[in-house]
Amino acid sequence: MGRRRLIALGFAVGSLLGIGLYARRGREGRERIDLYFADGSLVSLHSDSPEAAPLLVHAHDALRAAAT
Amino acid sequence: MTEPSAALADLTEISSQIESAVLFGADGKVVAATMPDEQAAQVAASAKALLEQAAQIGDGELTQIEASTGDGSLFVVKDGTTMIAASTSAEPTAGLVFYDLKECLRAVAKPPAKPKPKPKPKPRTTRPKSNGTS
Repeated sequence: MGRRRLIALGFAVGSLLGIGLYARRGREGRERIDLYFADGSLVSLHSDSPEAAPLLVHAHDALRAAAT
Repeated sequence: MTEPSAALADLTEISSQIESAVLFGADGKVVAATMPDEQAAQVAASAKALLEQAAQIGDGELTQIEASTGDGSLFVVKDGTTMIAASTSAEPTAGLVFYDLKECLRAVAKPPAKPKPKPKPKPRTTRPKSNGTS
């Protein structure tokens, strides 16, 4: 009985951790920067591109400052 | 020209998506903001750095940026020497936010409407006194 409870508890905790990690990964995966130019062109940089990383740092800084 | 602080008040009233906004100049100096000065200066500095770094990507003139993150989105729009940075919650309607930000910049830059000049009263011409013969 105790062993079954332990297995069920482990399963529940594992599921919650999985859901949390999946949601976090999904949120991070959605990060992107869209640059609009005067001639109407658009450059979209996703978080996995090397050019986006330094830009996202500034964006996060600005959002953090705005939220505090 | 609308006062910058009044333009920002209109902006946050019109757009339910915009949580906070900062108007700043090309030098990064805050013109008006919907938050305390210290916070606004930090937002302006980060937004200016973002604009400067992003301008190195691509050949044309960079006019606006949308940075979508898990914590929310940051919008930066440039109009001449005046810039505006605004934060929204996650997944906003980007087109509407950009439109509202541009309208705000336009309102700040627009010269004041000149009041219509009053028509000058015509000088009274003194009629020659009739001698009563006609």
